[in-house]
Amino acid sequence: MSEAPTHERGRTVKHESATLHVTGRASYIDDLPEPKSLLHLAPGLSARAHARVVSLDFSEVLAVPGVVRVLTCADIVGQNQVSPVHAEDEPLLADGVVHHVGQIVFVVVATERGIARRAARKARITYEDLPAVLDIATAQSGEEDLVWRPLTMERGQAEAALEASPRRLGGSLTLGGQEHFYLEGQVALAQPGEAGEMRVWSSTQHPSETQHLVASVLGRPHHLVTTEVRRMGGGFGGKETQANSCACLAALAAELTGQAVKMRLDRDDDMMTTGKRHDFSIAYEVGFTPRGDILAVDMTLSARCGWSADLSGPVTDRALFHADNAYYYPDVRLHSRAFRTNTQSNTAFRGFGGPQGIVAAERLIEEIAFATGQDPLDIRLRNLYGTGHRDVTPYHMTVEDSISDLVLTRLAEQCDYRKRRAALRAFNAQSRILRKGIAITPVKFGISFTATHYNQAGALVHVYTDGSVQVNHGGTEMGQGLHTKMVQIVMREFALPAEMVRITATTTGKVPNTSATAASSGADLNGMAVLDAVTRIKSRMIDYAAAKWQVSPQDIRFTTDGVRIGHEIVPFRQLAWEVYFARISLSANGFYRTPRISWNPATGRGRPFYYFAYGAACAEVTIDRLTGENTIDRVDILHDAGESLNPEIDIGQIEGGFVQGAGWLTTEELVWDKEGVLKTHAPSTYKIPACSDRPRIFNVSLLENAPNREETIYRSKAVGEPPFVHGVAVLHALSDAIASVDDYRRCPRLDAPATPEAILRCLARLEGEPL
Amino acid sequence: MRHAIRFYLGDTLHTVAGEACSMTLLDWLRHQGRTGTKEGCNEGDCGACTVIVIRLRRGRLAVRAVNACIQLVAMLDGACVMTVEDVGGPDALHPVQKAMVAASGSQCGFCTPGFVMSMIAYRCMDGAPDDDASIDAALAGNLCRCTGYAPIVRAMKQALSIPGAPGGVSGGAPGNAPGSTPGSTAGDEDGAGAAFEARIAALQPRLLALAASDDVEIDTGTSSLFIPAHAESLAARLVAHPGTVMVAGATDVGLWITKGMRALPRLAFIAQCPDLLRLEETRSGLHVGAAVTYEEVAAPFGRMLPSFGALIARIGSTPIRNSATLCGNIANGSPIGDGPPALIAADAVLHLRHGDARRDLPLDAYFLAYGKQDLAAGEFVEGVTIPRPAPDTFYRVYKVSKRFDQDISAVCGAFALRRDAEGRIVHIRIAFGGMAATPCRARETEAFLLGRVWNEETLAKSRDILTRDFTPLSDMRASAWYRMRVAGNLLIRFFEESREAADDPDNPNVPGAPNVLEKSRGLSHV
Repeated sequence: MSEAPTHERGRTVKHESATLHVTGRASYIDDLPEPKSLLHLAPGLSARAHARVVSLDFSEVLAVPGVVRVLTCADIVGQNQVSPVHAEDEPLLADGVVHHVGQIVFVVVATERGIARRAARKARITYEDLPAVLDIATAQSGEEDLVWRPLTMERGQAEAALEASPRRLGGSLTLGGQEHFYLEGQVALAQPGEAGEMRVWSSTQHPSETQHLVASVLGRPHHLVTTEVRRMGGGFGGKETQANSCACLAALAAELTGQAVKMRLDRDDDMMTTGKRHDFSIAYEVGFTPRGDILAVDMTLSARCGWSADLSGPVTDRALFHADNAYYYPDVRLHSRAFRTNTQSNTAFRGFGGPQGIVAAERLIEEIAFATGQDPLDIRLRNLYGTGHRDVTPYHMTVEDSISDLVLTRLAEQCDYRKRRAALRAFNAQSRILRKGIAITPVKFGISFTATHYNQAGALVHVYTDGSVQVNHGGTEMGQGLHTKMVQIVMREFALPAEMVRITATTTGKVPNTSATAASSGADLNGMAVLDAVTRIKSRMIDYAAAKWQVSPQDIRFTTDGVRIGHEIVPFRQLAWEVYFARISLSANGFYRTPRISWNPATGRGRPFYYFAYGAACAEVTIDRLTGENTIDRVDILHDAGESLNPEIDIGQIEGGFVQGAGWLTTEELVWDKEGVLKTHAPSTYKIPACSDRPRIFNVSLLENAPNREETIYRSKAVGEPPFVHGVAVLHALSDAIASVDDYRRCPRLDAPATPEAILRCLARLEGEPL
Repeated sequence: MRHAIRFYLGDTLHTVAGEACSMTLLDWLRHQGRTGTKEGCNEGDCGACTVIVIRLRRGRLAVRAVNACIQLVAMLDGACVMTVEDVGGPDALHPVQKAMVAASGSQCGFCTPGFVMSMIAYRCMDGAPDDDASIDAALAGNLCRCTGYAPIVRAMKQALSIPGAPGGVSGGAPGNAPGSTPGSTAGDEDGAGAAFEARIAALQPRLLALAASDDVEIDTGTSSLFIPAHAESLAARLVAHPGTVMVAGATDVGLWITKGMRALPRLAFIAQCPDLLRLEETRSGLHVGAAVTYEEVAAPFGRMLPSFGALIARIGSTPIRNSATLCGNIANGSPIGDGPPALIAADAVLHLRHGDARRDLPLDAYFLAYGKQDLAAGEFVEGVTIPRPAPDTFYRVYKVSKRFDQDISAVCGAFALRRDAEGRIVHIRIAFGGMAATPCRARETEAFLLGRVWNEETLAKSRDILTRDFTPLSDMRASAWYRMRVAGNLLIRFFEESREAADDPDNPNVPGAPNVLEKSRGLSHV
């Protein structure tokens, strides 16, 4: 009847593809009907970390029946360059020098994928090795080779304040990287068209960038290339730039052969060649009062970036943006260093450097808690951003919307943190082999692309004469439910049922010049663009109806019973038909740009974020002192999604984000050997959480009655990345359990990933004599 | 001799010969347009390709989830394959599919068909329990990167709660009630589920008609695929062509093909060879034939050596255990292989056969060096016998890995102990995987312990001696330091547990206080 029930009904909509998912009928790129005489690509990978390519011999490759040709950089028609930030340091195919084990040197074009894969192994490449830098420690000790300018954020006088602090300590921590392990690997299908056109179906989070790079590799203007993606089988940042190579190579091969070409990477090749989450080494100094009030912080965050810049600049920037997490640092200096190494080029991954910065902030808290003998929760509460005071970040943005105190306090009460903490300590006093730990950590996550120009979006909405609606926008669906939320907006505005609104594949042919679906911004940006488009059509319909029925526009409302025009109810489809008949357009573009934001990296000042998303997590764990094995026994999360667009989808993001974050900090370990070969390049050796790794008790709730203070789409908040950070609670709970063996005297300084081995090492350090 | 294989895909009988027989089932399905089955890793670890294979196993229908990416088409002779396309369409969702939608169990959707198939296979099982540990075990072979699993487990519980749900069509493992009739009491709620289960039940006569009575040989152009109808013809084949690679579940050989891209000119598929399916539980012990899967041995091991049963629940995953065999795990000579150390500590005896000649070998004598076993050309593992331990034997096996489920051990330690009335050790076996180039015994430590009283002091000394038994390697699973330290610590664990079991009055631990993580579970559903 009214708008509210529609809205409520809309909020419980299931994922728009759920039925397709469970019946196997949802199509991913590799499932699309294959064009006639489709050719397939397989990559040939560098076997050396850093070397000059002396010779390439493909005679045995070409001798394999079914092999059509081999492509090297010499075959590239346009630019051999796919750096997403125009650093010009990322050739699509290696050009004379290889920079990491797994870099694509050539591709084999064959009639079958299996033939291409087998043939690729028959290439003979001779190398002349060059000195290779494989890790941060080596990079730090040598001549500084950075892929991006360092960033410094400074407020006050960190050095002087440290000197003046009554208590002061310093240390370092290391954080491992993380493989995305999207279940659908990198894949693209390219089909040449007439007059130089190229259509590319790509599993990409950034269709516009894929389009631009394909055009550049082919030496064509953008308008000849169309990129399309209906859905991805997971992205997590791993398809923001890393999808480009497959798309460009497939398009190049399609261009050169005149045939359709598909490139789908085998999982091992995917993991060997694509970038991952940045691992970090962080050096910190903190000054504080005897009560545990932070006075000064000085931190240097160094990242292993891999062989090219990719997105390492913005990633290391964002690490600094979050190195305060939810805490006010009176005097502060933060510094980033983005080291070039001869490993995979690290890239975007859910959180985009933010989680690494946050782990550093939480280490400071933990250090202070042990140094002052207090509950870390009290140190956290003591140092949170205030409102109206103690509210300026290291990048000089005033935090206007801090609710960390409310969230932390409420969660601690809800999950009975203090009582349980005491009970666990009592348990530990009685238990020799098993030890339990608990920790509660907050998150404050900045929402907006720090590259200000990315904060724009477009949408295209068509109402057809039968009242059905097609909606399209610049965002991509990777499982996060973005398309569902966009459909909900249309449903809510027109008061239509789900079956009358169809969302279509994301394509550069419908909405151009889009931003990556990244930085949690998908629903914020595209939602407002969709709303804009719908509002335009709505107002045309209203104007028409007002004139025909002679009522004021205020007396026209879209309800589930139809459009209420004065006292009359007109079916939506009838009004749509009449508007068409009156020769008024039922199609509209929508556009949005985020207001109020600015950022100047040169000065380290600005308001890079429109707002912050908040939350807190409490984790309880048990460790086994004999082996370092552990379980996550219970997790409670309270999360701020503003006025959630779809609570069930948002809770799904939180549950999934938490488990992914916990995986990053526990079982997910990337191991390279001393030749720079990634040894964990398949799920047999790289262990993402399995079903039994989820918390045994897992309570997730959304913060109620907490509309976004800013004018976002229906006052909701972005929910993609912030929940990933909740995994940090597990690291600190493990640390708390470990600390028990030393009677909580020393900060365990547990680095990540906290594998059973890392835990046993930490225990050995604290125990002296075992058991 | 037949030269084609026959199997059902859904309700359609396929006769396949030549090259297609050496394709992976996954590739073959996708070539048939069955794109609901996905490739996630191509090595049996992620489960995106999970399908259901239904067979007559010892005369009864067995409904099993398997990884299509590492099964070869030739292995399906006599079976029925069901993919996600067979279980329920958009207008008639199977209860599992319905529950997955209702619980928001899918996000990106790529892993979803595999989960659906694992869940349906689980729901088909006799009295499938709905506790977390059992569901975790059933879904351990399906990775999801989006949901954090919570909604999927909720969906599983919901699907199990629908009345008339679990049919009785599973069976397979001996000791289970034979079940060839599906739960047909389902009401409307379970319409599609009941229909699916009825289809499975109806397979019995169709599969019986396909049962092989003669050998099958397929020439793919580049290789010869042989499916023996009896061990006799397998033995003869191996004598004639000693280079033949034997394949049971293909959970290892499958990777040689998908990842190693090795050309294998001669293959023999033994998984359905009836006389290698022997699984006998007698007073003297357990005999396990070469074609018996891990899933099938879980229950009998659980009865004879519960700790071994719990280990089996952590070997691979459900789809892997549905294909992989205990004997294959021995034959492939892995230096870790979770089965072998546990078997060595139990004094298992290996039965080898060459033509008509047979010999028995204590298992620990079989592993000679890295990648080298005491196995002559043309000889094969016919079975293994695990003697029933004396009643006063204290036996434990501990698997330590980075991830609890579906991981390869960093260290796997197995221990067997007997003491006399004075507490002196009269029998001791300590075997480790992951500590050396082969699974092997800690002989110096054993020698030291034999005849001594099992107490704190002996324990401390034995931990020192253990470092003389092994010089482990560092790799991506663990460092040498960790392996050595954990091996010593597992001695402590064994000591603690043996003392608890013996009600040792000097035990300093708080009575009833747990010493082992709760996650260490048995196969609660067997």
